[in-house]
Amino acid sequence: MNSGLNFLQTNVNKDFTTLKKNLKKDFTGLKKIKVALLGDSATQFLNQALRACAYEQGFEFEIYEADYNQVSRQLLDLSSDLYQFAPEFVIVFESTQKLQHKFNSLQKSERLQLSELKTEEVKNYYHTLNRQLKAKLIYFNFSEPMDGQFGNYSNKTSFSFLYQVRKLNLELMNLSQECKNLFILDYQALSAHLGRQMAFDAKMFYGASMNLSIDGLPLVAKNCCDIISAINGKFKKCLILDLDNTMWGGIIGDDGIENIEVGDLGNGKAFSDLQQWARQLKQRGIILAVCSKNDEQTAKEPFLKHPEMVLRLDDIAVFVANWNNKADNIRYIQSILNIGFDAMVFLDDNPFERNLVRTNLPEVEVPELPEDPSMYLEYLSALNLFETASYSEEDELRNKHYQQEAGRVIAQKNFTNEDDFLKSLGMTSKVEPVNKFNLPRVAQLSQRSNQFNLRTVRYTEEDVLQISQSENYFTLTFDLKDKFGDNGLICVVVLKKEVSALFIETWLMSCRVLKRGMENFTLNTIVEVAKKNNFKKIQGEYLATSKNGMVKEHYARLGFSEAGQLWELNIENYQTKKSFIQLN
Amino acid sequence: MQKSEIIEQVNKIFVDVLDNDAIVINETTSAADVDEWDSLTHIQLVVAIEKHFKLKFTSAEIRDWKNVGEMSDTILQRLN
Repeated sequence: MNSGLNFLQTNVNKDFTTLKKNLKKDFTGLKKIKVALLGDSATQFLNQALRACAYEQGFEFEIYEADYNQVSRQLLDLSSDLYQFAPEFVIVFESTQKLQHKFNSLQKSERLQLSELKTEEVKNYYHTLNRQLKAKLIYFNFSEPMDGQFGNYSNKTSFSFLYQVRKLNLELMNLSQECKNLFILDYQALSAHLGRQMAFDAKMFYGASMNLSIDGLPLVAKNCCDIISAINGKFKKCLILDLDNTMWGGIIGDDGIENIEVGDLGNGKAFSDLQQWARQLKQRGIILAVCSKNDEQTAKEPFLKHPEMVLRLDDIAVFVANWNNKADNIRYIQSILNIGFDAMVFLDDNPFERNLVRTNLPEVEVPELPEDPSMYLEYLSALNLFETASYSEEDELRNKHYQQEAGRVIAQKNFTNEDDFLKSLGMTSKVEPVNKFNLPRVAQLSQRSNQFNLRTVRYTEEDVLQISQSENYFTLTFDLKDKFGDNGLICVVVLKKEVSALFIETWLMSCRVLKRGMENFTLNTIVEVAKKNNFKKIQGEYLATSKNGMVKEHYARLGFSEAGQLWELNIENYQTKKSFIQLN
Repeated sequence: MQKSEIIEQVNKIFVDVLDNDAIVINETTSAADVDEWDSLTHIQLVVAIEKHFKLKFTSAEIRDWKNVGEMSDTILQRLN
């Protein structure tokens, strides 16, 4: 085994034997998720690896595993065990080896259509599944084979199997953009990363009909779990960066701005690329923060003056440089951003600081870093720290929102009276139903919001689309602007028409806009909708999770009265609640 | 390396892979004697043994073993 693979095994993943030991641990209290696993090769090990890996991400997978080679039967026959089991996720692993058999069996002219034929098949799986269950389909793409027929010439002819596999992978990407509940597990990327020799074990394939090698299992299982976690609202939102010897080489306080390594100096290119990576993440919507042991002026100097720094001060939402302990500083960053510690990643070259943060804030993800800064980026990329279940254009603005929020925190200090402060903000809100423009953001917010979320219903874009087209629902979305900036779409309400009342199926809000009176404004709007449609009563429900304690008393605070599990508000004599937000 | 030494090392691998400290194997031990040793964990054992001794078995060798002794004979042959 070469050293590259050793590095991967020891740092990125536990080996399968170690991982499997999780199966004997106590799963009590973990969120249960029903998962079906289908493959055209034997999947028993993958089943074990998935359950063991889910444990590490705080889930208990209840897995239905079909005998192998039943993929289409299970998916297309509505009376199959799969539909009986009614999973939330269906993982399908069809292999390049079996696809090759299919290719070989086709007439020469049909071979040109292999990628279309297979894409149609997957599309059919998806739609059959989607019509029957609300399950998400996680489909493995295909590892690219070494072409032993045409050699390198296989790139030059569409009759080659390699050409068809590459085309198929591209078509699967396109299909998953069209089918919102279809997620591609990038098995091609993973097997390239592992190395074909390590991902596929021919001896196991012919001897035991297993396609994945034992050494490949942990990485593949982890990536499946990453997708499922992200869809369940568990993903990273913030990257906290140490500076000296993490973002640049050297110590700014000792070496001075001319001597830190970034750009052309010394090992600077490695640090520049790492900064590029962070900046790309910021553009994708990850919040960047700095946590450094330095005097603030000194720490900021390279961001302001160094010509080759990639990151600039306005890339950083919260900049903390002082001599306090880093766990306290991360608590401070958390208090400003108002996101969970489990949504944070902390990068630091110093093992002491890493351990301090791990010990004090075990929920924060603190990757080990390789000793050599040249290896940082390769290493971090392989960890797949920032899996996501959605992407919308608004993500690019997120960092800016948090910077504006810091501006508001400072402004508020000038007011003793909260109402005066709220008035001074000049807030306006645009209210509209779900439409095709805000649909991705609505789905995303349902996946991201953990704290101000009354029932924590997670919607995919497909779910939101169906609700918005249904006659049984009203949907409301709210944005919020003020003199500091535009917060974007920050609140979503889904109202279900029931016989006796209008039921609030979803009420969620971004924690960026807490304490602005948005709750009152939202309720006023809900009541208007209810009245307009001749409802006399509104019902709400609070479903507790480990994170939404802040809205436990939400309905009580708004004057609802308890009715069994539900909260009710009679709206015939409703007094419009105080709000400083103008309808836009 | 002596055969006894090989069996001792293989024993450690069995304990680790099968996650059971109580497992003690000898030359005549076969899958029937160890609860956790089934066709599935057998694959895991083979891969772990290959890695430990830095060698690769052929498919035919793996098929032919009747017990730990025969497996150790193959390892011994390869190492010498």
